[in-house]
Amino acid sequence: MPRKKGPANPAMDLAFLKARGLEKRYGTQMVLRGLDFDIAPGECFGLLGPNGAGKSTTVRAIQGLTPLDAGSIEVDGLDVATAAPAVRARMGVVPQMDNLDPDFTVLENLLVYGRYFRLPRAVVRQRSEDLLEFLALTPWAREPISALSGGMKRRLTIARALINAPRILLLDEPSTGLDPQARHLIWQRLRSLRRDGTTLLLTTHYMDEAERLCDRVAILDHGRILALDSPQALIAAHVPGAVLELRRSDGRPPDPDNRHLQWVDSSERVGDTLICYGHDFAPLLQHFGTQPDYLLLQRPASLEDVFLRLTGRDLREAAGD
Amino acid sequence: MAYAERLPGIGAIAVLRRNFGVWRKLLIPSLLGNFGDPLLYLLALGYGLGHFVGQMEGMPYITFLASGIVASSVMNTASFEGLYSAFTRMSAQQTYAAMLATPLRVSDILAGELLWCAIKGLISGVAIIVVAAFFGAVQGWWIPLAVPVIFLAGLAFGGMALVVTALARSYDFFMYYFTLVVTPMFLFCGVFYPLDELPPLGRELAQLLPLTHAVALIRPLLTGHAPSHWLLHLGVLLLFTLTAYVLALRLLERRLLR
Repeated sequence: MPRKKGPANPAMDLAFLKARGLEKRYGTQMVLRGLDFDIAPGECFGLLGPNGAGKSTTVRAIQGLTPLDAGSIEVDGLDVATAAPAVRARMGVVPQMDNLDPDFTVLENLLVYGRYFRLPRAVVRQRSEDLLEFLALTPWAREPISALSGGMKRRLTIARALINAPRILLLDEPSTGLDPQARHLIWQRLRSLRRDGTTLLLTTHYMDEAERLCDRVAILDHGRILALDSPQALIAAHVPGAVLELRRSDGRPPDPDNRHLQWVDSSERVGDTLICYGHDFAPLLQHFGTQPDYLLLQRPASLEDVFLRLTGRDLREAAGD
Repeated sequence: MAYAERLPGIGAIAVLRRNFGVWRKLLIPSLLGNFGDPLLYLLALGYGLGHFVGQMEGMPYITFLASGIVASSVMNTASFEGLYSAFTRMSAQQTYAAMLATPLRVSDILAGELLWCAIKGLISGVAIIVVAAFFGAVQGWWIPLAVPVIFLAGLAFGGMALVVTALARSYDFFMYYFTLVVTPMFLFCGVFYPLDELPPLGRELAQLLPLTHAVALIRPLLTGHAPSHWLLHLGVLLLFTLTAYVLALRLLERRLLR
């Protein structure tokens, strides 16, 4: 578990993980179309994208579980194509779907999993106890998996992924389906791991999660990287200024005559909402704020705005990617 | 893929130990099944039918039957483990997916499962030998040699089952295998009556099935004789094991590494 090592500088050029020209095709469908990215040691790197963007395929490829049609991945100087078991030995994986072993208790899940890494028995015992403590699961050590809530299962999956003291932790949508308390506990633990020097790669479609955790994020769509930078830099580059959302309480489209255009930098209509991007909303507020059936929400620009601007606002079918 | 990648490594033992750990938790119902079912067959057919049959191939019918039941029980147990249990681990529980996030490879998982099928077959085979010994239905100094033979038969039947599992989309698929492969073997491979009773074509066809060869080895060993043509019978079981391993590995890799 946590090794004592200061957080690395994400800007250093010696990459811990190097992905070059990743291409993957299923039948006629191109899932990855030439992905390039580096992850620095100790960095928290986010892969963002709508369903079907290629996030999960990328995560599988990093483990050497998806033969690529082109490209290469190197982890800690090892080529994934030729040394996948050795790569996985220094990697922890938190899958999208919990696949804890239902035939074992909480503690046994860790002990059995440690054997898959061929770790000495005493080491696995000690780490299991430490990890249960770290993820606040100690009181449930002897319980069956079926007794755990969704958040506890996810925490146990994270504990299990740390049993080999991995240098890099891959998390595929770590907080999907969890309540806010459970998410915050998990985020806190991930930040703590990052502080101790573990490199993190997480996929998510929760923008707030990416914004809170990630040093850098790559926004992925249709198997390509559309943008890659720190969340702040992406927001500054793609959505400068602030955001004002207008809605009408009767559900009719707000501002049908487009009078707002003279006061904003740009705007978009999403369903019943008019989203305005700009720097000074005073005239806009003055005009619409006085109208009785208008609802106004002024907020800072977020990664979600960047994401929606880059990937479009069309709804994606929720096919597993 | 490299040749070495196809050979299982020491990781197979971790997979085996995982299955053993689960089995130990359910020891009582599991052993009950191993003893109970064959015991009922032995009593019902051995005594009931045996009364009318009398001798078969120069031995009391219950003795003839006991050795056949040992062989068929190895087949059933190894097949069930390789079909339903392995499929549950692969699909419903996603145990293989969890294992593949560690240094384990598909070949390690397959070899661990295969060894476990054989061990379960061995447990059930030995259980029946113990029960049959109480009735005096097995005898002789060859009995210990039956143990490795039963293990090899378990590998062959487990391997075949794992090939089917690697192809299966749902549990329903296994009904084909049972109806088309397992049940015919149970009825036509010399478990209940000698192969000589079959018409010539049936006798030839039965030679193609692994249970025939398992019975041909196990029956003499449990009744105090050295099996004839033992090298041929061992060879057939080994061939089934190796072919099934190679085929199952290819199918599983295609299924799990996409």
